[in-house]
Amino acid sequence: MKASYFPGCTLKNKATHLDIYARKCADVLGVTLEEIEEWQCCGGVFTTSKDEVATKLSSVRALKEAKAKNQPLITVCSACHNVIKQTNHAMEDTQFADKVNRYMGEDAYDGSATVYHYLEMLRDLVGFDKIKEKVVNPLTGKKIGAYYGCLLLRPNKVMQMDDPENPQIMEDFIRAIGAEPVVYAYRNECCGGYIAMEDPQSAKKKSNRVTECAQIAGAEMIVTACPLCKYNLVKNGSELPVIYFTELLAEALGVKEVSNE
Amino acid sequence: MQRIGVFVCWCGSNIAATVDVQAVAQALKNEPGVVFSTDYQYMCSQAGQDMIKEAVAEHNLTGIVVCSCSPRMHEATFRKTAAAAGLNPYMVEIANIREQCSWVHKDIPTGTEKAIILGKAAVAKVNLNTPLTPGESPVTKRALVIGGGIAGIQTALDIADAGFPVDIVETKPTIGGKMAQLDKTFPTLDCAACILTPKMVDVAQNDKIRIFSYSEVEEVSGFVGNFDVKIKKRARYVKEDLCTGCGACVEKCPMKKVPNEFNLGMDNRPAIYIPFAQAVPKVATIDPNACNMLKNGKCGLCARVCTAGAIDYTQKDEIIEEKYGAIVVATGFNPISMDKFDEFAYSQSKDVITSLEFERLTNAAGPTAGKLVRPSDGEHPHTIVFVQCVGSRCENCAEKGKEYCSKICCMYTAKHAMLVRDKYPDIETYVFYIDVRTPGKNFDEFYRRAVEEYGVKYVKGMVGKVSPEGKKLKVQASDLLNNKQLNIDADLVVLAAAIEPDKSARPLATMLTASMDTNDFFTEAHPKLRPVESPTAGVFLSGACQGPKDIPETVSQAGAAASKVIGLLAKDKLTGNPCIASSDENMCNGCSSCERVCPYGAITYVDKEFRMPDRTTKVRRVAQVNPAVCQGCGACTVACPSGAMDLRGFASNQIIAEVDAICK
Repeated sequence: MKASYFPGCTLKNKATHLDIYARKCADVLGVTLEEIEEWQCCGGVFTTSKDEVATKLSSVRALKEAKAKNQPLITVCSACHNVIKQTNHAMEDTQFADKVNRYMGEDAYDGSATVYHYLEMLRDLVGFDKIKEKVVNPLTGKKIGAYYGCLLLRPNKVMQMDDPENPQIMEDFIRAIGAEPVVYAYRNECCGGYIAMEDPQSAKKKSNRVTECAQIAGAEMIVTACPLCKYNLVKNGSELPVIYFTELLAEALGVKEVSNE
Repeated sequence: MQRIGVFVCWCGSNIAATVDVQAVAQALKNEPGVVFSTDYQYMCSQAGQDMIKEAVAEHNLTGIVVCSCSPRMHEATFRKTAAAAGLNPYMVEIANIREQCSWVHKDIPTGTEKAIILGKAAVAKVNLNTPLTPGESPVTKRALVIGGGIAGIQTALDIADAGFPVDIVETKPTIGGKMAQLDKTFPTLDCAACILTPKMVDVAQNDKIRIFSYSEVEEVSGFVGNFDVKIKKRARYVKEDLCTGCGACVEKCPMKKVPNEFNLGMDNRPAIYIPFAQAVPKVATIDPNACNMLKNGKCGLCARVCTAGAIDYTQKDEIIEEKYGAIVVATGFNPISMDKFDEFAYSQSKDVITSLEFERLTNAAGPTAGKLVRPSDGEHPHTIVFVQCVGSRCENCAEKGKEYCSKICCMYTAKHAMLVRDKYPDIETYVFYIDVRTPGKNFDEFYRRAVEEYGVKYVKGMVGKVSPEGKKLKVQASDLLNNKQLNIDADLVVLAAAIEPDKSARPLATMLTASMDTNDFFTEAHPKLRPVESPTAGVFLSGACQGPKDIPETVSQAGAAASKVIGLLAKDKLTGNPCIASSDENMCNGCSSCERVCPYGAITYVDKEFRMPDRTTKVRRVAQVNPAVCQGCGACTVACPSGAMDLRGFASNQIIAEVDAICK
């Protein structure tokens, strides 16, 4: 299967592991990821302002390219996924689409591409059962706390990934690679996000709450799909290792050295 | 040619403010057949009606057009007026110039023009009206009550008290419903079982009442006064007439690990069980999904210990067919699932419970014999947080909650918190609320007592997160009045889950052709003036199937529904609607199109001899309409390819005349 792939800026510098292992694992799982040509920053944050067009153009270009190739668009970074998926949804509004399409050259885009987060790709396009078969290095006995953060699940009406208050997709993923998921209440709460720049103390409080809760529930490590979440959790003194879910998948599929973290 | 009188109503300023009523009367005077035309402030008043009667006598009228409000409002009134004046009541037509005209238009020229057009259409129709006589149908003097909770129980008792036989159909093995699961009832705090179980016994002992427990309504046909109902009595594998309810089988059953529905799964019951000590009927039921004997033929212990010989592993579902004159829906409610509300960690911790579970936890007959403990470890709780409006008043979240207020939660939460403080003064209780809504006799006083006398801490604001950490439930909430974030370490969190109609309500509504709102609550015929009747004749509503209700309100409505049923069953005959379909046998080609579309099964076919023009005789198959069953929906008249079917009072030529008058 071929799919368009949008890595995003952070995955090209700070979060290279998220990107590299996503590609390696896709190969093993029989998905060919074709990187969008000359992609640009997703916009970073989805602005809900209706007449804000400029910051959404790069996302629309990526969506349009995937649509032209008739491929699903795969994202990995939670933030990129959130922006692109919300932009795609916004494009279903013909009035808004009309404004955007004036910058889009000849072919208009109408919001009809399908956007999958890499986790959704694993669940819906590959199937966790198939992943289970491909695992060569099951992470048996590892107690892993999934950390969703905010952007992956919300707003639910648009993201449609999982129940935002009781998500299961990462837990199912953890089970598929042979480890034991640890459910803890703060797995879908905010890490502090960009407030880390303005008010580091607040961000620290938010992150600590997450890691503390995971630790009490018995987690030995935390996995996430979001570079910013990882930054906050690690920076704010988590004793638990925080790693990207693609690294873990790569470990299980045998395309990464087993880490001793 | 008809001699038609036109009467234009002002409806005070309701019509007259946007319609020039005199101009309407004047314009309609020139319509064919009209011999008299006038306007008046309130046509429906005694003076207005007298005016119509006088005009009939003076001008020798044969038809009447009233330009007024919707026919749903006053058609019956003016038909009676016509009858009193010696006219056939079906010679009256209403032109709705209020709801469909004056209320929706803003300026007088538009309103007046439209009112004239609507009046012309009505005149055109009356020109073709013929006198109609309604038929009569007998009334089966037996009522069916669907649902055996407090609503159904009260309705059945009241109907039986008036001397009419009643059957209760209940899906559970016992009647009693939700009220049987409650501990105390607000605002007087009497024990629910103490006031409910005597009523259950009354039902059992009343020779006018039959209980079909563990049963479902399978099929409903017929119409008001003459419903044919099929009831499926599910096999309980115990002969009801032989079982004495001694409970020996329950004690001996080796399959003891079946979650007990009555205690909401907080303890277990055996495969053969009696839901609770005061169950009515007090007979055992075998759960076929848990019983070894029924699953693989290995066991049979209950049959061996049963001295009455009541166990019957070969029992089959049974279909009972019965006729009823009236049907009362009393299907009640259920708390919504907490699956989509995991911010409160219901799926993560046993110590997060719903309010109904809390009732069982404090009930002397419950899983802990009434001792309030944490379900996870059986320890005494020190801090309890109650969260109101979980899934209620949930705007823009129809996919997980309900937009409406569940109405009962404010009061029962106040009750729970008060009872906790009364019995265990060492326990801190917090109640988080959006608003406290306690209208009702002695309700607000009750809530204030909880706050002022019992020291329940009420906090305006919602709980945002419950996180089970170690033995504690970390509750994060907002205190809106102090503009503060609160963090409370709780031992028990109680969620006041929104309530929704029972799942059986929707298929039942389809069977009864009774209407529902978007939340699956049954709709009443009129929200203020006919609150216990469904718009479907002969179907009545009792209790929470119509909307969230507490016990006092449910009992009032149950009695009201019963009185409506009694009023119906007291009649020997019902006057039908004469506006029904009839088939012109000479045009009917027996194609069965009408039979296929008839939702009431009113059409049958007969072979009939016809004399042909060449003096031979030919037998043809033709449609016949059963006038007692036909509801006059008109589906057949549209389906009929040869134009043989027509609707009395709404004949095709009448409708076309109306359209012509409008388009002229």
